[in-house]
Amino acid sequence: MSKFNPYNDNGGTVVAVAVGSRVVIGGDTRISNGYNILSRNYNKVTQLTSTNFIATSGQVTDAQTLHKLLLAKVALYKHQHGHEPSLKALSKLLCVTLYSRRFFPYYTFNLLCGIDDDGQGKVFGYDAIGSFDELKYGAQGSGQQLSISILDNQMKGTNRNDDYSFNGDPVGLVKDVFNAIAERDIYTGDHVLIWDVSPQGINQSAFNLRSD
Amino acid sequence: MLKSPYDTDCITWSPQGRLFQIEYAMEAIKQGSLCVGLKSNDYAILATLNRAPSKLAEYQQKLYEIDEHIGLCFSGLTADGRLICKYLRTEALNYKYTHGTNINPQRLVGKLSDKAQIKTQRHSKRPYGVGCLVIGLDENGPHVYETSPDANFYEYYAVAIGARCQSAKTYLEKNYETFSNLSKDELIIHAVKAVKSSAQSDVELNGRSVSVAIVGRDTPFKFLTSDEIEATLSQLSQAMEVEV
Repeated sequence: MSKFNPYNDNGGTVVAVAVGSRVVIGGDTRISNGYNILSRNYNKVTQLTSTNFIATSGQVTDAQTLHKLLLAKVALYKHQHGHEPSLKALSKLLCVTLYSRRFFPYYTFNLLCGIDDDGQGKVFGYDAIGSFDELKYGAQGSGQQLSISILDNQMKGTNRNDDYSFNGDPVGLVKDVFNAIAERDIYTGDHVLIWDVSPQGINQSAFNLRSD
Repeated sequence: MLKSPYDTDCITWSPQGRLFQIEYAMEAIKQGSLCVGLKSNDYAILATLNRAPSKLAEYQQKLYEIDEHIGLCFSGLTADGRLICKYLRTEALNYKYTHGTNINPQRLVGKLSDKAQIKTQRHSKRPYGVGCLVIGLDENGPHVYETSPDANFYEYYAVAIGARCQSAKTYLEKNYETFSNLSKDELIIHAVKAVKSSAQSDVELNGRSVSVAIVGRDTPFKFLTSDEIEATLSQLSQAMEVEV
């Protein structure tokens, strides 16, 4: 008899890149269970405030519950404070929410992204129990290892001998990154939903990935 | 109301079958400042006349959002009102978390009345000292409810509670039959007019002493800004000058 395992990884990848006052968030739309595909059309990103989003990979049921919980906490914050929480406030809120389940964690790997009070686009990366750090770019999920090196190379600029710095379109970069991930990661594919968030507004787009 | 030998606590009936403590609690509402609620087929509006404890003080807020489809204002013991607001917000949020949809306003008001009833049947508790006007939206459209310390709630086309509410009620009774198909702006004018009719001449009406909020089929709950209220008030006083 095997013990009931409450955890299950539903696969998929989320990526976010912050450039200036803008942040681009992408998440693939595939959920898997082992070698089976459960959905090709699942959205992993939730909008929490007018400028802030959470993108989650890992176990879908924990991610859904976490997103619902955060939406309720944001609504309560708005009632109590009379305005939306800043990205900084949200980042700590997500941290304590995750840590409150330190001894039965949410199987979720999160990116919290948006535009902070100082007008800068930011990405915060989390582990399952709430450890977080502010990043210029991040990736979580089954395609993390495949994508993070590309992002390091394009966005960081260290370990380069030339004067190259990324000045292209971050949306194009995110698309390229997902195409690269989908080549080798079986859990990432089908479509990618992209949010291009800036003080001017939010531009949502989608593009197709390999379906195999 | 004169003092009575049966009014010491909530759990003592009078020989006429009355619970005086509850009736005294209802009197507390009349001490509070005016609240007005009204609706059309598409919108429901709350308007309040706010008080400031002194010239140096800010006007005290009495109008609150409960959820994107429900709003509340109260007359009476403002501290009780704020606690009720907190309770209703929590209940609405919990319902939305569990069910994924907005709570039905009538059910929410019913929950409040159930809570109020407990306070009328315990020796150790006192009834709430506020009457609340609640506006809310469900699939049938907008609604206006009044709750009171006697743990009843009623639905209205239009209602006014608080000090000198009779003038506002008279104005609403005269006009409510025309409300059904009015535009948002016309309805707001009626609400502000109702507040004006109850305000004494020495009370200053401005964007801070008057609060107005609206909810509708296409409009999540929102407050009118003090600029918008001032514009309506000056529009009304210009019209009145013309009439005179």
